[in-house]
Amino acid sequence: MSAAATTIAHEVPPQAGPRAFLHRLRQGDQIAHLVTLTFAAVILLLTSMLVYELWINSHLSRTQFGWAFFWTKVWDPNFDNFGAAPFIYGTLVTSAVALVVAVPLGLASAIFLSELAPRNVSDVISFLIDLLAAVPSVIYGLLGIFIVVPLMRTTLGPLLIATVGNVPYVGVLFRGPNYGVGFLTAGIVLAIMVVPFIISVSREVLLTVPREQREAAMALGATRWESTWQVVVPWARTGIMGSVFLALARALGETMAVTMVIGNAAAIKASLLSPGDTIASTIANQFTEATGDLYLSSLIELGLVLFLITFILNGLARILIVATERGGGRPA
Amino acid sequence: MKKALLVVWLITLTLTLTMALTAPRTAAQGGTVLLTAAGATFPYPIYSKWFDVYHNAHSNIQINYQSIGSGGGIRQLQAGTVDFGASDGPMTDEQLAQSKFKILHFPTVLGAVVPTYNIAGVTADLNFTQKALAGIYLGTITKWNDPEIAKTNPGVSLPGTDIVVVHRSDGSGTSYIWTDFLAKVSDDWKNKVGKAATSVNWPVGLGGKGNEGVTGLVKQTPNAIGYIELIYAVQNKIPYGNVQNAAGKFVKADLAGVTAAAAADAKNIPDDFRVSITNAPGPKVYPISSFTWLLIPAQIQDAAKRDAIKDFLKWMLTDGQKFNEGLSYAQLPKEVIARETKAISLIQ
Repeated sequence: MSAAATTIAHEVPPQAGPRAFLHRLRQGDQIAHLVTLTFAAVILLLTSMLVYELWINSHLSRTQFGWAFFWTKVWDPNFDNFGAAPFIYGTLVTSAVALVVAVPLGLASAIFLSELAPRNVSDVISFLIDLLAAVPSVIYGLLGIFIVVPLMRTTLGPLLIATVGNVPYVGVLFRGPNYGVGFLTAGIVLAIMVVPFIISVSREVLLTVPREQREAAMALGATRWESTWQVVVPWARTGIMGSVFLALARALGETMAVTMVIGNAAAIKASLLSPGDTIASTIANQFTEATGDLYLSSLIELGLVLFLITFILNGLARILIVATERGGGRPA
Repeated sequence: MKKALLVVWLITLTLTLTMALTAPRTAAQGGTVLLTAAGATFPYPIYSKWFDVYHNAHSNIQINYQSIGSGGGIRQLQAGTVDFGASDGPMTDEQLAQSKFKILHFPTVLGAVVPTYNIAGVTADLNFTQKALAGIYLGTITKWNDPEIAKTNPGVSLPGTDIVVVHRSDGSGTSYIWTDFLAKVSDDWKNKVGKAATSVNWPVGLGGKGNEGVTGLVKQTPNAIGYIELIYAVQNKIPYGNVQNAAGKFVKADLAGVTAAAAADAKNIPDDFRVSITNAPGPKVYPISSFTWLLIPAQIQDAAKRDAIKDFLKWMLTDGQKFNEGLSYAQLPKEVIARETKAISLIQ
């Protein structure tokens, strides 16, 4: 802007209308407002468009199967009989396994990196972890095929069957034929994929805990571990839970890596060692060759179901976070 | 100053985007005929070779082929978004009835599917009866030393271990041919699992994605059996078994046997070429083979496109077939080529 223009703008008394608008435009406020508003609106529009498309295109399947789609255990393109139960089950089970493995691992690493490790070591490792988070999922799939699957078939699977398999109640989870591929393998590969998210976000959150909190705890006679576990972690728990739900979201929707190691069988089996399938993997596998309107419509309804699951779990996450904030820890 | 630059940048960006999005699509120029096609992935290597060679000989005709899968090819053709489609399975009566215009089938090449397996200590090519393959995939034959397998493989010591069945997890023309064969040779299969399809409700087994996925699972898993395309087995030197044909002979798949299957059945091929040639009669026939088809609308309004498609079909049936064996596809038998050449005149 030339100096002259600025002077003129100041000499002329502010008026309503185009000139005032232009003035505000020059200040940048108006632009920033418009641009950010547009982008925010686009996000909202995208989400509603997505739901709308899924809803409209699954019409045929929704009218044909109704609510039974959720609990029908058969997926039979040849006889036009479709149910989502095996895939819902597979999606939830693999994600649960992933979290059971990844949360303790991720949280422990984050605590070590933020509280115990020397700062320069922590920074180097964190950089590597951020790098891991950016690795494409198909690479993790290959890792699964070449390392986790053989390990599961020859060592870990037989070991689990021989030990935990004999424990009452829990034993049903580790029985039956062991192919190397299946729910557990998929869950472990997913855990490897989501651990970097948990570590990276949790570490950042733990680092934001004020120094005074730690000092206060130690002044009261707490050991380093007591201060970490009873003061620092509770203070940061909202953020830590946020990282867990970020990990869960990734696990629920992961397609490629899961397809490569889950065995792709539309079956509900109690044993974690048996092959199964997830929603995302089924859509990716069958969409291109789906002939027949009902078949296609059912695949799209599967997408809608996945959206619904993500939506519900996100809602639960919010409720959980609000509840824990009320329960103490970090001052509201 | 920075703000001003930002404003200029934003305006330029908006203008460019608007222009890019609203600019009229440039029409085909100077007599160039641009054809779009979509469909089957199985014949994609030979199709891209054909379209490339054909374009070099006829520089004014360009064919863009998207290998999005047979199902997608049929849908896009029906929706009118492509000039022609391609499919590994013929369209069903229902699909043809749903289409707003008449669609013709033209067989292009032949493919075959072979059983591959991984049993410790077994290096010989196993002989599979039709009953054995159906029983294994139905889950009624569960051990490698089952009498149905053992009786046709004397001298091979088969273990008493459980058979691990591997099938395709993705919808595919390979599964279509495999299930077409199983449905023909086994009533149990037909009743329980149904007719040929790109995906079925598999009674047993694990799924692998693509030929490479199935091969990987079979190689990794002891006592596994799977099915893959002949081309894939040949190119990657994967051993495979012999299959009993309708004449009772055990045949190892090769290109000649696949062409023989089509020739043996040539008389029975209907005028619309929608035919399954699995389990065709004849002692040299390899029984698990199939055509793959181009799907062409019977009426094409645009004269230039119509002539281009007809000319391409003629070329494909003559010169084009010479490229098949280099890429491990079987050639069409002479009888079929003669009948297809006549059928080209149906395109109007």
